Amino acid sequence: MTSRRDFLQIAAATAALVPSGWTRAFAQQRLTHDDLLAFEPMGNVTLVHLTDIHAQLRPVLFREPSTNLGVGEARGQVPHITGRATLDLYGIPGGSPLAHALTPEDYVALARSYGRMGGLDRIATVLDAIRAERGDKVLFLDGGDTWQNSYTSMLSKGQDMVDCMALLKPDAMTGHWEFTLGTDRVKEIVDGLGCPFLGQNVRDAEWNEPAFESTKMFERGGAKVAVIGQAFPYTPIANPRWMIANWSFGIREEDVQASVDKARKEGADLVVLLSHNGFDVDRKLASRVKGIDVVLTGHTHDALPQAVKVGNTLLIASGSHGKFLTRVDLDVRDGAVKGFRSKLIPIFSDVIAPQAAMAAKIQAIRAPHEAMLGEELGRTETLLYRRGNFNGTLDDMICDALLAEREAEIALSPGFRWGTTLLPGQPITREDVFNATAITYPAAYRTTMTGARLKEVLEDVADNLFNEDPYYQQGGDMVRVGGVSYAIDIARPAGQRISDLTLLRTGKPIEAGASYTVAGWASVNEGTEGPPIWDVVAAHVRRKGTVSPTPAQVTVRGA
Amino acid sequence: MRDAMNRRQALALGTGAVVAATLSLRAGPARAAKNNSEEAIKAFTRGKEPVRGKVRLELPEIAENGNTVPMTVSVDVPMTEESFVEEVMIVAEGNPNPGVISFHFTPSSVAEANTRIRLAETQNVVAIARMNDGSVFSDVRQVKVTIGGCGG
Repeated sequence: MTSRRDFLQIAAATAALVPSGWTRAFAQQRLTHDDLLAFEPMGNVTLVHLTDIHAQLRPVLFREPSTNLGVGEARGQVPHITGRATLDLYGIPGGSPLAHALTPEDYVALARSYGRMGGLDRIATVLDAIRAERGDKVLFLDGGDTWQNSYTSMLSKGQDMVDCMALLKPDAMTGHWEFTLGTDRVKEIVDGLGCPFLGQNVRDAEWNEPAFESTKMFERGGAKVAVIGQAFPYTPIANPRWMIANWSFGIREEDVQASVDKARKEGADLVVLLSHNGFDVDRKLASRVKGIDVVLTGHTHDALPQAVKVGNTLLIASGSHGKFLTRVDLDVRDGAVKGFRSKLIPIFSDVIAPQAAMAAKIQAIRAPHEAMLGEELGRTETLLYRRGNFNGTLDDMICDALLAEREAEIALSPGFRWGTTLLPGQPITREDVFNATAITYPAAYRTTMTGARLKEVLEDVADNLFNEDPYYQQGGDMVRVGGVSYAIDIARPAGQRISDLTLLRTGKPIEAGASYTVAGWASVNEGTEGPPIWDVVAAHVRRKGTVSPTPAQVTVRGA
Repeated sequence: MRDAMNRRQALALGTGAVVAATLSLRAGPARAAKNNSEEAIKAFTRGKEPVRGKVRLELPEIAENGNTVPMTVSVDVPMTEESFVEEVMIVAEGNPNPGVISFHFTPSSVAEANTRIRLAETQNVVAIARMNDGSVFSDVRQVKVTIGGCGG
């Protein structure tokens, strides 16, 4: 564990450039609680945005991607800038806390220095401080992916997160992974949630009637603030539709415009879209829908230290896994935004003190499971992480486990963007495995697939990621593969990106007409059979003792 | 509004058509038509080049279920005896047969219809509206039909 003293010791020379919203002290790496929260207040409304925490109650390690390619108009634009280029763009000194929070540069060494990030008890502390300062000007909004993807959230069907979030008193939320709890459970939670669950784009599949409230009007600092919720538009495609068979989603751009117009007509001075669209979708939406002042964007896990302006609309991206909160102060007068100031607040868990009430609640939730979750299954020799467009070493481990334990030639693992990071030499606990696999449809299936079908699957997922029109993107990463190598040209049209598929076991090309044994997990099909993926991975790690996953072999072109 | 079926009728329209010139209806970088949709459109428009506008097609960007894709089509026209839409034809470029459905309208009705259509694969769906004066208008939407399953 690191202390504040450690930050001082890592201090480097004064940085010439200081990104807006950051104090010079921060750039000089003398990091304190006060520095992290320092903010010159502005105007009469403060938005606080938290999104995509994926049910991580406690501080985590989460390595940001090295590869996050943009296509079409998004090519080379934020958030499709990584590593050193991110530091250069924002003038962030290498080796600084912010460099560590935002990039994978020198990840292992800096993770050991700066420690874990996030923790809902630390987030509570920051929120308390902002509310103490700004009082009734504050609107706290949860962008969703809150209730699922940890062990306790899976076991309690989201109840642990609902109870903890209730202590934070969000003003509204929207969702995505929430829906993998199924229609009945979502309805049950929403009925007693204590804040509106907004989703203008979710409809009854039969009658096309709204399934959730679209908009909630608030009064903050003398201004009327309309918050419109936008759930993840492709939930029934990216996740099992059968779990929410009577709900239909979609972007529904024209309906977003109608909701904005209605809010304005009802006197909204400020219109906020609380969105789980993903960044590129929201950037396009903001360029086409008129009258949105702020989009609080989520889903694609981008952490941007500055707001992105599209016309008169501000896009705010607040990262994932509890690593960040964004504070946006706005001067709202006469139905218009006269000025704003925003800051992505990194939640360094060793610097920000936990709030006692939340810490106690989290401890109570975890206590019955702590021993099981802490059980060490083995150790990793190498850095295990997930995020990146084509591969992640954590997924390599899962693919190795599927190949070995399910006796398959080829392994497929979904391109989820959530899951925590493990440092070289670190023990792999049961909780680490759950943090990468805890879903409500975990069956590790084994099937046969023709070479043609395998290529079709890869092509299909590739188009979900690299279609030039953001409205056709689903926001995950490329499906991970084990046992095969392939090349991808991201610039080519749908159905023509994947080539050179090779079975590693034989070194021979995958043949379209031949059948192969394939193991995978997270199938969206109802009735999928197989042991839960966490048991498969745990068995593999136990058997190996020390893991050093086989790196995926993907050749990328057209980037 | 009378909602007259459909695939058969549109197909009938397609037969006997003169080979059509290429219509500039592409929604995006989608594939070329897999069926004789251009001929079907040409027959419907009586050889006229449709103008983009007036008719509006609403479809999801990505189908949740290709077997039943919700679709709404509307036409911006007064619907008076003097000016109304006679018929709207929906064509799917990537289905085995191009014709999906045709809607017939009379004055004083509402120029809007919705139904669910089946789409075999990712493709463009085209709406062609023929007005009482013979002028023709079009709209096009690309709908992606995907395996899905790996979202973030």
